[in-house]
Amino acid sequence: MAISQRSFDAVIIGGGGAGLRAAVQLAESEYSVAVISKVFPTRSHTVSAQGGINAALANVDADNWHWHMFDTVKGSDYLGDQDAIEFMCRNAPEVVIELEHYGLPFSRLDDGRIYQRPFGGQSKEFGTGGQATRTCAAADRTGHTMLHTLYQRCLKCDTTFLNEWYAVDLVKGATGNVVGVIAICIETGETAFIQSKATIFATGGAGRIYESTTNALINTGDGLGMAMRAGLPVMDMEFWQFHPTGISGAGVLVTEGCRGEGGYLVNKDGERFMERYAPNAKDLASRDVVARAMAVEIREGRGCGKDANHVLLKLDHLGEDIIKQRLPGIRELAITFAHVDPIKTPIPVVPTVHYMMGGIPTNYHGQVTTVKEDGSTEIVSGLYAVGECACVSVHGANRLGGNSLLDLVVFGRAAGDHVVNALRAGDIEGHSGAFELDPALERLNRWDNTKSGERVDDIRREMGQTMQNNCSVFRTAEVMQEGIEKISALQERLKHAALQDHSRAYNTARIEALELENLMSVAKASVLSAAARKESRGAHSRVDFADRNDGEWLKHTVCFADDRLIYKPVNLEPISVESFPPKARTY
Amino acid sequence: MRFSVYRFNPETDSKPYLQDYDLEIGPDEDMMLLDALLLLKAQDETLSFRRSCREGVCGSDGMNINGKNGLACITPLSSLKEPIRIRPLPGMPVIRDLIVDLDQFYKNYERIEPYLINDEPPCDSERLQSPEEREKLDGLYECILCACCSTSCPSFWWNPEKFVGPAGLLQAYRFIADSRDTHTEERLSKLDDPDSVVRCHSIMNCVDVCPKGLNPTAAIGQVRSLILKKSI
Repeated sequence: MAISQRSFDAVIIGGGGAGLRAAVQLAESEYSVAVISKVFPTRSHTVSAQGGINAALANVDADNWHWHMFDTVKGSDYLGDQDAIEFMCRNAPEVVIELEHYGLPFSRLDDGRIYQRPFGGQSKEFGTGGQATRTCAAADRTGHTMLHTLYQRCLKCDTTFLNEWYAVDLVKGATGNVVGVIAICIETGETAFIQSKATIFATGGAGRIYESTTNALINTGDGLGMAMRAGLPVMDMEFWQFHPTGISGAGVLVTEGCRGEGGYLVNKDGERFMERYAPNAKDLASRDVVARAMAVEIREGRGCGKDANHVLLKLDHLGEDIIKQRLPGIRELAITFAHVDPIKTPIPVVPTVHYMMGGIPTNYHGQVTTVKEDGSTEIVSGLYAVGECACVSVHGANRLGGNSLLDLVVFGRAAGDHVVNALRAGDIEGHSGAFELDPALERLNRWDNTKSGERVDDIRREMGQTMQNNCSVFRTAEVMQEGIEKISALQERLKHAALQDHSRAYNTARIEALELENLMSVAKASVLSAAARKESRGAHSRVDFADRNDGEWLKHTVCFADDRLIYKPVNLEPISVESFPPKARTY
Repeated sequence: MRFSVYRFNPETDSKPYLQDYDLEIGPDEDMMLLDALLLLKAQDETLSFRRSCREGVCGSDGMNINGKNGLACITPLSSLKEPIRIRPLPGMPVIRDLIVDLDQFYKNYERIEPYLINDEPPCDSERLQSPEEREKLDGLYECILCACCSTSCPSFWWNPEKFVGPAGLLQAYRFIADSRDTHTEERLSKLDDPDSVVRCHSIMNCVDVCPKGLNPTAAIGQVRSLILKKSI
């Protein structure tokens, strides 16, 4: 296959919040940068984030970054790396102010400063001072405003965009370093080798491994699939966050900000049941805690509706003004997807797959690391990962609401800075010398040349159902073992599937087939990692091992494409402050 | 349910045609048009359209539905008369099926310099903005760039290179109206010509189709009167 070639100092795969924030840093330097995005950047999934971004600005109430750090460590169920968490929380105020300067239209307090609202898992005085108010918001459209603001900033600094291009696989150099990617121009079908000295993955999440998810249809784990095919690992893939409030049936997200503004959950008896599960934080306990409580209520027959399959999110007591001013997008979504106006009627909600805590392991500069058999790490030259596709790990076993948008901008910026400094110092080997394109092209050729076989869509549907049934909120050894067998069989079937459409121009069927291969790698890693972890921690909740077990399991799961699992210690040492040792987690 | 869908594959079709599809949908099933299109694509994977968030915030799946532009993902099938006629957004070059080339639309957006410009020296904290000043951005910042408005506007069809169009002008006003932006004068000057703004004839198709309920015509009116004031 003859392919064209283009060359940049840095290439960013993904045009969401993390990718665009990295792009700003590079576009403002002397180096050439291109953003490859499979959708026009403002269609990226960051656009769906609603509630806000955490930063200890203390605009509403006393706060400091160290409390934010404690909450994040506790929220992670002590699986987060404390150096990365310190880095994120310390940098939070600065990156939020920067976004404001870029033009993000934050909601405002009467004194003109950025509006902040309370969110789940936030506290003052290291958990002893009551609820904190830390989430900076632009109404309930914070992700939308952030994504558009960052795209606008990229336009201002003249960033090169390859929009509606799809990255297929990494290209490696002679020493195993990364020298770019093979990518397809979706519009024409043209295949190209995009060479770069530094490649930054910002490909987002992979919630589409599940049948029901708040995630966009484009969240297919492309970066994770590419990393695994290149022999690199993924980490902590057993930890999938179920957001407490997805609209029942539709799976559309309803922000935690609803509860931050004073909304609460009720069961069929009208009981505010979170008071039983989390006497202090109640509806603003961590997401894993609230999602589990909801699942228990429904399982024990206290669900609402004719099928008793959901609970209700009550907002009507907040009054029309607050809802219209602070939650206008939620009102729109509830009317469209649940046919209720929250000003008058509660919204039917269920825990819904929302966020991948795991991802490609990196350090807090965004550099991708691989892990050796003895658990020690090694940096992969030329490759970075930021945002949801990365596992830094700041979210550990459970992410706090408002920390995802923060993760995007803090580590997007950090990776951009690191690439610029490495290029200046001549630390990146770059793309001179030998490299091998064939492995990356092999997959494309297989899809192009296979004329008959099973349909891609059927396999995708079965994968979604399997993950939904076999890797859900509550897990047992037996159910997960069945999941491993089913996903392995589907992975095998996918190798022989065929496209009906072999055309070049805007062939979305071909893209979806390539995406499914990535999803399948992610699904496999998730269920393998989950079955192996014999404890309950954060979002990973086992009926047969109901307690957290720090003695044996305070460690990261590292998974390779050949099904190998190895373990890596959690970094309990922050950069400049004292460690927060694991202790019992109650809200 | 019967669907009549615009089809065109540049590699195999010399001209576009309409293809009929039938879909079994239970009487109690309430689904969005996008869900139906995804089911049709499961039957016929050659059918091509853009989609992403499936909740009306990313702006990918703008199309012409029974003669009116809208987002497939927030258009309930129950609101549509059969056969449901689905065509690409009007007035733009078709790449394939329901996918149009939006280059000109994006160019017009870029032309209005859609980013905050503030010449004052940067400060360590946020730039203050009162709730009243911030409220001026409501109804403007929510635009999702779906292009439903501009591609329903006859003035944009006729002069896409000269007339900025409703989406671009809504964003132009979003930055003019922002108390933090110091380039109002320059922004207005750049729009002060016989085409960029003035070619809006208040037909108001843009207001009629906006899936976010925004009002580009009103924003264009504001820009127009500010340009007028500046010249007196």
